[in-house]
Formats: sequence, structure tokens, C-alpha cells
Amino acid sequence: MPHTLTISQLTDKLAQGELSSREATQSCLDRIDAVDGQLNAFLSHDPEDALAQADAADAARTGGKSKPLLGVPIAMKDVIAVNGHPLNCASKILGDFNSPYDATVTEKLREAGAVVFGRVNMDEFAMGSSTENSAFGPARNPWDSDCIPGGSSGGSAVAVAADECIASLGSDTGGSIRQPAALCGCVGLKPTYGRVSRYGLVAFASSLDQVGPLTKDVRDAATMLGVIAGEDKRDSTNVPEPVPDYIAALTGDVKGLKIGLPKEYQVDGIDPEVKSATEAAVAELEKQGAEVKEISLPHTQYAIATYYIIATAEASANLARFEGVRYGARVDGASPEKMNRATRGAGFGEEVKRRIILGTYVLSSGYYDAYYLRAQKVRTLIRQDFLNAFKEVDLIASPTTPTPAFKIGEKVDDPLQMYLSDIFTISCNLAGLCGISIPCGFSVSGLPLGLQLLGKPFGEPDLLRAAHAYEQATDWHTKRPEIG
Amino acid sequence: MTYEAVIGLETHVQLRTRTKMWCGCANEYGAEANTNVCPVCIGLPGVLPVPNAEALRKTALTGMLLNCDVPSYAKWDRKNYFYPDNPKNYQLTQLDFPSTIEGFVEFEFGEGIERVRINRAHLEEDVGKSTHFSDYSGVDFNRAGVPLLEIVTEPDLTGPDMAYDYLNALKGILEYGGVSDCDMEKGQVRCDVNISVRPVGQTELGEKIEIKNMNSFSGVRRAAAYEIERQIGVLREGGTLVQETRRWNDVVGITENMRTKEDAHDYRYFPDPDLMPHRPSEEWIAEVRTLVKELPLARKQRLMADFKLPSSDAVVFVGDAALGDYFEVAAKGAKNPKAVANWVINNLQAKFSETGSTVADIKFETSAIGELVGLVEGGKISSKIAQDVFAEMFESGKSPAPIVEEKGLSQVCDTSELQAFCNEAIAANSASVEDFRNGKEAALNFLKGQVMKVSRGKANPKIVGELLKKILGS
Repeated sequence: MPHTLTISQLTDKLAQGELSSREATQSCLDRIDAVDGQLNAFLSHDPEDALAQADAADAARTGGKSKPLLGVPIAMKDVIAVNGHPLNCASKILGDFNSPYDATVTEKLREAGAVVFGRVNMDEFAMGSSTENSAFGPARNPWDSDCIPGGSSGGSAVAVAADECIASLGSDTGGSIRQPAALCGCVGLKPTYGRVSRYGLVAFASSLDQVGPLTKDVRDAATMLGVIAGEDKRDSTNVPEPVPDYIAALTGDVKGLKIGLPKEYQVDGIDPEVKSATEAAVAELEKQGAEVKEISLPHTQYAIATYYIIATAEASANLARFEGVRYGARVDGASPEKMNRATRGAGFGEEVKRRIILGTYVLSSGYYDAYYLRAQKVRTLIRQDFLNAFKEVDLIASPTTPTPAFKIGEKVDDPLQMYLSDIFTISCNLAGLCGISIPCGFSVSGLPLGLQLLGKPFGEPDLLRAAHAYEQATDWHTKRPEIG
Repeated sequence: MTYEAVIGLETHVQLRTRTKMWCGCANEYGAEANTNVCPVCIGLPGVLPVPNAEALRKTALTGMLLNCDVPSYAKWDRKNYFYPDNPKNYQLTQLDFPSTIEGFVEFEFGEGIERVRINRAHLEEDVGKSTHFSDYSGVDFNRAGVPLLEIVTEPDLTGPDMAYDYLNALKGILEYGGVSDCDMEKGQVRCDVNISVRPVGQTELGEKIEIKNMNSFSGVRRAAAYEIERQIGVLREGGTLVQETRRWNDVVGITENMRTKEDAHDYRYFPDPDLMPHRPSEEWIAEVRTLVKELPLARKQRLMADFKLPSSDAVVFVGDAALGDYFEVAAKGAKNPKAVANWVINNLQAKFSETGSTVADIKFETSAIGELVGLVEGGKISSKIAQDVFAEMFESGKSPAPIVEEKGLSQVCDTSELQAFCNEAIAANSASVEDFRNGKEAALNFLKGQVMKVSRGKANPKIVGELLKKILGS
């Protein structure tokens, strides 16, 4: 069953000629046919195109080529541009828009030989924590199809956890990779801001967005990051920092590594199962020789408010281009303004509209200083909290989410409750750090739980090293849901 | 009560760059609609801007030409408004940290030199161009993303003529610096005019009224003149003025209300998170500074001082920089630079238009015109002969002295030889001789001309005059 393999397992088999990329790709396609009707992870996919890429990869391998992802099927969140394929951001407003260009990460995946296929489900324009905000219906948690898979990269997590692909790309603005990875029981890595090019990632909040991988184990996350990271002249916010060998960082040795536990993260509302799973995970790392100590991040309580001001402000401008003039769905009107209103009124979903209105408000004349400017100052303080903490520790550990996956529909009428599910993940984006979520157990009801590790800017090697060491000692990541 | 006008100008100028501000598309006028476009400049989902280094350099250079500071920190802001020609529905501009600040422009106005302070020259992006057809509209995005400089004055202008002269001076500076072609026909320069009036003696400004999007300098002058009269008229009749934006109706020759303060846009500016601030290093600034050229007014003043040229000649050399550069080399060390200027402006330019050539095509040495002037002034050749020598110089590239030598064109100064020419002329023109003797002075000039003719131009006219007087007077 090739679709259940990890990247490293598959590339080994491909290298040894035990398996072809066509077989692996076909296996994923068959799996999609079998389970996706129930899970709704894929918005669309083009089997012919995927198989043609697989054949090309097989031919390249026969010709002696060896590349890190040669012949590996990778699914793409519907917010990343792939030339010639739909780019809907799980929104109605883009209509039948197909991207005429590849995102930089797409190019990099292609250069590494990947079979880039499928458009996976998400919250509309990456706004949400449950994938319920998709205009094309929610994706479902493969461990319990009554539950949400998390979001916004819900489809990316489901596709990996349900073995519909070998790995996927998602995007993370406030936890959108880590949170669904935790809730679906896979690995999700949010790289340091500037580590991965954003060119071709449809912007939600430009100063917070990063593309990152969702994978079946930590080694695969390291492989994927090695492929997609690096300088890109098309993204001015990209940092031209050399890309280290992330696989080489997976030494299994965490002796002397200092791990901080923020005292401000001991908040009410953390599920006891989540709490104990996290404590057990930290204890495991300690057992392996890591040093654990309490740290303080004094401005933690302001993170969510700060995030919802900055992210919505940026989004209100980023989403202004969707008005039906040049592309996407259009609802006609008697004047440009009427056309704008009609198009945007019909095209955007409720949550997107809520955030555009909020963002427009916080930037308005007379409110800018009180909201946006102040939020920027608080953001600096939050970043400073982390930089201070990282003088004492190498990594920060916490639960990825306060609770396991909740039921579909449970929080749709309570946006604030929904926003609070990002409490542990949001600060990482505000501070521009890297973070990872790895499986660390299951609830009594059988839902996956995630451990989050945060690292300093460009501290991915430490992050991956600790995550990998933990993973080596546990088998949570090898568990698979039974679907159907 | 007497009123005075206070005017400030915001001038938008397209920079001359190879490519657009944020992408690699050509910055080119006149291409077929929507052919110079790419995902970036039409605002497709997912694209990001990358600043054009040439535009950043030309912006700093413009600042230097306008005597502005180039701060060590500049940033980009999003100006949010919906319009079909605005691909992202926000325009990238520089709100509070522009690339250049606090300079001035000096220009001739009336009898003196005026100085208008420049508040800033900041960089932004142009938008597309809408065209309205009978039942639909179209947008051409070729212009979208073209680097656009906004040059903002302080309210230092006092009238329509001054505004007009400032704009022409500004255009001259930008053309001279090579930062913009300033082609009005192609819409490369557009102006917003801010006008208020106040009683003479009052220090605070009156209600500011903005006239948007003028695309000719004469339009600015006429609109300002109209608007000043209108505002004064309103106040004289006891009315009040409110802050508003107006447009100039060129056909009728009036300004009309566009919108008042209440329905002004809230642009919701905020720093663009897709672009890093621009922090020019001292080395970078120094490198740009090497591109600074002498400004037109400074050059004019220097030409007048160093070469003793009249204003009219200096203006010619300022207006045609290549000709001016040539003159400066040709006149270097010349005893009579004004004479060199005459040759360059009259004869050389005439040859250029006759032959369709330019300064680059000149065959003779740069010192040749000075030498030619020397031959005339030294009495070696007459100015008439000099014309022929110049023609030969231009044709063959030879220096004047060898031409005079080879063709035997030297002036005849030998008295006995000249005596013979005079006698010949006198013998052939007895009537004129008679006239002269009867007191008609003009007859002497005629005879002089005849002598020159007989000598085929070689006779020294000064000596001929003296000789003729001597012969006829005796």
C-alpha cells in the first residue's frame, strides 16, 4: 500500500526499484477515490496530470537522476499557485480562476522531482481553525468524521493523516499548519518568517504567513523544509540565510538542550488529557537528557487581540483585489462600485467578511493609532518576550491546541471561542519564530493530541532534532485512523 | 480689501526606467493594450512586489537635483481605494517616510530668481488607464506599476504665472537629470494644484481647494487664474469657501466641484508588509550623487559669467545640452568666446540642419572655431572669407589656417596691391565717385564693396576704406 509510506520509505523503495512513482501516485489516487467522499480533503485533483508527472519522474530515475522528492506525490493547499491548476482559496469569489504561474514553493517542489497534485481544502482564504469556513464544505477529521480536522490547512492535514498523499504543503498565519496537524495526528512545521518564499502564496496576512509542510514523520518534515526553504528574489521579505542540512540535524541527541515551559501557558480551559499528554512528552525529552525549566512570556495575554488586529488589517488590503474586474467571479452592477459590492457580497463567506470589516475598521482614520499602531507595539513586546526567553532556553514546549478536535458546528456561532483555539500557536507568527507540532498521544475518545515546540528564528535544526528524538522514543506518529 | 493667492503644486512625473516599479515588464508608452503586463502588475493572487533599483536611484537623484535630503530610512505604504484601474485596489506609495525630503527649486521669474521649497519627492506606482466605450469600459494595465514620482511643493507660489514658470523649470531639471522624459503628450506629467486666497497681510491660510489631474502647464496657469478670481469673488460677495476638490473643464474654461471634504476618501494608509524599508547606505547615496548634473539655471548663470555671453546665447546652450557642451570645449581659452558662440549658434547649427548632422558628426578639431575667430580678429581673413573657410572646415575637417594657406585666401594688406584694386573700382564707377565728392558718404561704402568684389573678397576692408578716402579726398 504505497500511499501509506513516508517520503523516506517511498524514496527508498523507488531508489531500489521496488516501486514506481506511477504505482505510488496511482495508489494515492485510489485512496482518494476510496475515502475522500467522506473526508472532503480534496477540492479537486487531476489524475491524468499527476500520473504524467509520475511517469516523467520514473523516466528521470531510469535515466539516473536522483532528487530528494523524485516521484513523491505532494498535495497542495488551495492557497498556493500551481500553473494551470485552479486557485480558489476555498472561496467562491475566484470562480473558475486557474493560476497562470507557479509559486516559488511549487517550482522548488518540481525541481526536487515531486509529483505536485491536488487542491486540498482549507478555511476560505486561510481564515479559520476548523476548515468549516470552506465555501466547498468542511473537511472531516479522519479519526472521527463528526469532528473538525482543524484549520486553516485542514485538507492538508487530512490528506496526510488519511494517506491520500505522501506529504502536503499548508500555510500558517496563526497556527494553520500546526493546529490541524495536531488534531489529525501528523507532523506540521511552520518555518521561521522569511525562511520560505511567499511568492505564489495567496496572502492572508503578509507579515505572518509562511508556507510549511505537513508530513507523516519528522524526517519528512526536514526533507520538505530543505526543498522549499531558501532565497527568492521575488519575495522581498525572504531572508537570504543559507539553508542548513536539516536531515543532518536529526541526531537523536537532545542532551543539554534547554526546553522552556511558559508559565503564562498554564491557562484555564486546557483539556486535562491534553495537559497530561504534553507533560508526559516533556518528561520523555527530559529523560533523554534535555533540561526543562519554567520561563515567562509576560505579554502572552495580548497575543490574540494583537493578532486579530494586525492580521485583519493586512487582510482587508490583501483581499481588496478580489472584485471581479480582472479575474474570478463577477456579479454585474451599474457602476464599478456596485459591481464591487455585488461581487464581494456574493463571493466572500461570513468569516472573511467579518475579518475584512474588522481590518478596515482598525485602519480607519481616527482608530489607526488606538488599534493598528498599538498592536504593532505590542507585537514588538511579544517578540521581545520570546527573544529574552531564548537567551535562557533553546526551545519552548506547550500543547499545540488546548483541546482535541471539537465537533463540526460546535463553535461556528462563537467566533471568539474559535479564535481561542489558536492561543498556543498565534504568538509564534507574531514573533516570527519557527514551530512544529508532533503527535504526542490520544484522548480517551481516540482523537490525536499534539505537542508544540517553538524555536528561535532560523532555529529549525534544534526544533527538528528535539521533535525527531521524541518521535524515535514513541510510536504515536505510526498510528493511522480507520476510515469508514 | 485686496486678496493674495497661495498656491502649492503636487506634480506626478513618470520616471524613465527600463522596467516597471515592481516587476520586469517594460516601462513603455504606446504598446498594444495589456501587452506589457504580468501576474505582478495586474495584481493576480499570490504575487509580491520587488523594488526596481533603477527607480530608487532615479528618485534619489531627483531629490538631489531638487536640493532635497535623502534620508537613511524610507518605507512603503498602502493607500487603499477601489477603482478598476487600480489592480490591487491599493496603491503603493510613501506616506510618512519618503525617499527624499525638504529641498527647493530656483528659477527665473520676472526680473529675479524665485525659490520654491520642495516638501518631498516620493516614489509611488502609476495605475492603469480606463477607456469608456458606449456600453462598457476597458482598462489597459500597461501603465500600471510604472514608477511615478510625486513632487510636492510648499505653498510658496503666489500666482498662475509663477506656477507656470516653476513647472517649466521643474521639467527642465528633470529632463536635464535624465530622470524623466516629461512628455506631456504621453501623460508623463500630471499636476494637482492647491489654491487658497487670503486678505493681504493675513498670515493664516485660507480654505484649501484642490484642482485634480491637470495634464498641461498652460492648463494649470489658466485653471489657477480662474480659480483665484472665483475664490476672491466668493469672499467679496460675503460668501465662504469650504475645502473641496475641483476639476478643470478645459473646454468651458472653469473649475467644477468634484467632491467636498465630507465625501473625501479614507485611504487607511498602513505600512506595506510585503516590502522591506529602503535604507540607502552612504556609499549608495554617494554613488547616486556622482550622477548629479549642473542644473539649467546654474549652467546659464555660469555661461554668462565665465564666457561673457548674453542671456539669449546662454539660453540656447542650456536648451541644447550637447551644443552647450560643445561650446564650452570650443570656447575654452578663446579670447573672444562670444564670437565662438556666434559661430556655434549661427553657422554650426545652420550646417547641422542643412546636413541633418549633430555635434557627434563634427569632423574638425574642437579648437578650430577658436582659430577661425583668431584669423578674423587678427585681420588675416575677412569675415566674409571666414564663411567659406568654415564651410570647408565642416566639409573636410581641416583646420582653418591650412585652408587659408592652400586656397590663397589671406587678406591683401599690401598698399600698392590695394591701390591697384581701388583705382580699378574708381575708374569703373565714376558716378559714385562724383556722389562722394558731392558729400554722399554712402557712396564710399558702395565703392568699398566694389573694391572687395574686384579683390574677390581678399582686400582688407579697413585699409581699403582709408585708401579710398585718401585717393578721393586728394
